[in-house]
Amino acid sequence: MENDHNGLPATSRSRRIGMRLFLIYVLLYAGFMGIVLFRPEALSWRPLGGVNLAIAYGMGLIVAAFVLAVLYMVACRGDGQDG
Amino acid sequence: MLYDSSPVAIAIFACFVLGVVGLSFWLGRKGQSAKGYYAAHGEIHWFVNGIAFAGDYLSAASFLGICGMIAFYGYDGFLYSIGFLAGWIVALFVIAEPIKALGKFTFADALDARFNSRGIKLAVAVSTLVVSIFYLIPQMVGAGHLIVPLLGLPYAAGVILVGVAVTLIVVTAGMVSTTWVQFIKGSLLVFFCGILAALILGRGLKVNAGRSGSEDLTPQVLTVTADGRRLVNGQPQSRENDLRPVGTIQSLPARYGESRTTGSLRPLEYLSTLEDSQIITWAAKRHSDEAGSHTTYTPTVREGKDLLKPGGYFKGLSSGTLTDRLNFASLMLALFCGTASLPHILIRYYTVKDAAAARKSTVVGIAAIGGFYVLTLFLGLGAMTSGALDPTSSNMAAPLLAKSFGETLFAAISAIAFTTVLGTVSGLIMAGSGAVAHDLVENCCGVTMTDHEKVRTGKIAAVGLGIIAMALGILFKNFNVSFLVGWAFHIAASANLPALVMLLFWPRTTKQGITAAVTVGMLASLGWILLSADTFEKVYGLPRADSPVPFSQPGLVTIPLGFLVLVVVSLLSPPPVDAVDREGQMVSPVNG
Repeated sequence: MENDHNGLPATSRSRRIGMRLFLIYVLLYAGFMGIVLFRPEALSWRPLGGVNLAIAYGMGLIVAAFVLAVLYMVACRGDGQDG
Repeated sequence: MLYDSSPVAIAIFACFVLGVVGLSFWLGRKGQSAKGYYAAHGEIHWFVNGIAFAGDYLSAASFLGICGMIAFYGYDGFLYSIGFLAGWIVALFVIAEPIKALGKFTFADALDARFNSRGIKLAVAVSTLVVSIFYLIPQMVGAGHLIVPLLGLPYAAGVILVGVAVTLIVVTAGMVSTTWVQFIKGSLLVFFCGILAALILGRGLKVNAGRSGSEDLTPQVLTVTADGRRLVNGQPQSRENDLRPVGTIQSLPARYGESRTTGSLRPLEYLSTLEDSQIITWAAKRHSDEAGSHTTYTPTVREGKDLLKPGGYFKGLSSGTLTDRLNFASLMLALFCGTASLPHILIRYYTVKDAAAARKSTVVGIAAIGGFYVLTLFLGLGAMTSGALDPTSSNMAAPLLAKSFGETLFAAISAIAFTTVLGTVSGLIMAGSGAVAHDLVENCCGVTMTDHEKVRTGKIAAVGLGIIAMALGILFKNFNVSFLVGWAFHIAASANLPALVMLLFWPRTTKQGITAAVTVGMLASLGWILLSADTFEKVYGLPRADSPVPFSQPGLVTIPLGFLVLVVVSLLSPPPVDAVDREGQMVSPVNG
């Protein structure tokens, strides 16, 4: 198996990066769930061009998923390639 | 509500469907070996596979169900969009690369890669079948609802039509054609929904859209008599006496003065204007007496700001009771955990050549799916205020929204929705037929088959699954398709995710632990659903209070239960031979 500069197997390196990005997203998702469940009145606040927090945070989660996915792809470029 | 079919709509629809089926026949010539049939030879390009992920995933639930839920209840439908997309984070960061490295044809291969256990093969094959069938039901329901307005055929005809077409696609060519059908469908769906969203923003918001005067605010009553006749406001339903289409703006924000329209709006401007507007929604209330079943649709003027925050569908979020909150948290947990456990998504990792391609195709999938889910909010809200909603069917909101822009767009959107169903159902039937032929017959029962026989067995299983799907589609006609898909996510997450995650991250995992976790997770979530208040009310017709379980969505209990069972049973059974290396150190099952 191909090793990276730390001597770790490439899949192990990409897994470590993946887990860090995964934890970031879990925190964002849990934050959203926490507001919906325990502070629903905060969702009426309108922080983004007249759009309320419910929509802004929801859209933000979708955009964050894409941004983290691209970061992961860039960080792991070349790992796990056959031939 | 009755619908008129138009020759143009039928012609466009026929072109789409025949084109997709024809393409599958043509591509099917390539996939005659077992590796070709089940895994497209592992030669699909990562970009094509990524868009095919979107095609697989953006099912009737995403397109018809979410748009309908937003159109009827407001923001709560968008919660499904958020949860459905979040699940891809688990797929990308946790599951994608290891599952590609471990498996061959089905995800049972991956779970069983270290053990060669009949118990694992049997449990995973059965869970694949159960999840696939639960996911198939809403697709067939969506197909049935689409056919009614488009072709003027009965609901059951739509279900049978999609069942036959999909079975033909799968039997003809397997994973090669399924992948290309998904690719085409995924591309068309995102593209046309983008056009529809642009048209919505271009039209802006209008007071009493689709009306010459003001909105008629008298309630409407639909009665289905004991002998099956349908009455509207006490008179037989006909083209002249039918339910009025509903859903309009009552008033715009004060800054528009006397104007009845906003003109074109930018995306954020559209949302903020809607939030400051008043909207007429329609609440349905049903009661039965000796004359039959009566549903009264009553207009309600609501503030936009109330519709654009959670609580319209998930009533418990505003009532604040603990069980209602747990119910909601349970659903969102299942959506987050379920995606990476869906068999028809997991098998798509075997159609690309390596782990890097699996990763890249997931990123492309997230981009396409995320873009689509952003659009669902505009499509749903556009439908809510289009003046074109059918109060009897939330699933028809998106096609009827398209109809408010003209027959051609209606036909195109309906045809795409239908190919959406075709694509997703073909992926599900592929996953199910692989589970039967590869996991059950060959690996579990030990039947030795030639390459040709493996393919033939898979095709026979595909026909059987197609028939089951058609029967269940007719049975579950009156359910919102997003709601139904939620059940599949609970079962998939409870049965499959604990085994997948622990196999990858806990070297002490044993074959007994995996078998027990899959079996208990599947049975517990399935049992919970069958005993839930929602099922009591909507399937059995019994009072909700008779349900023995405290809330309807099982994931919050059954997903942790799967992990717990796996850990306990693994600790009670002998450690796997490769779990301890020469120095007595535990090694990772994947990297070791």
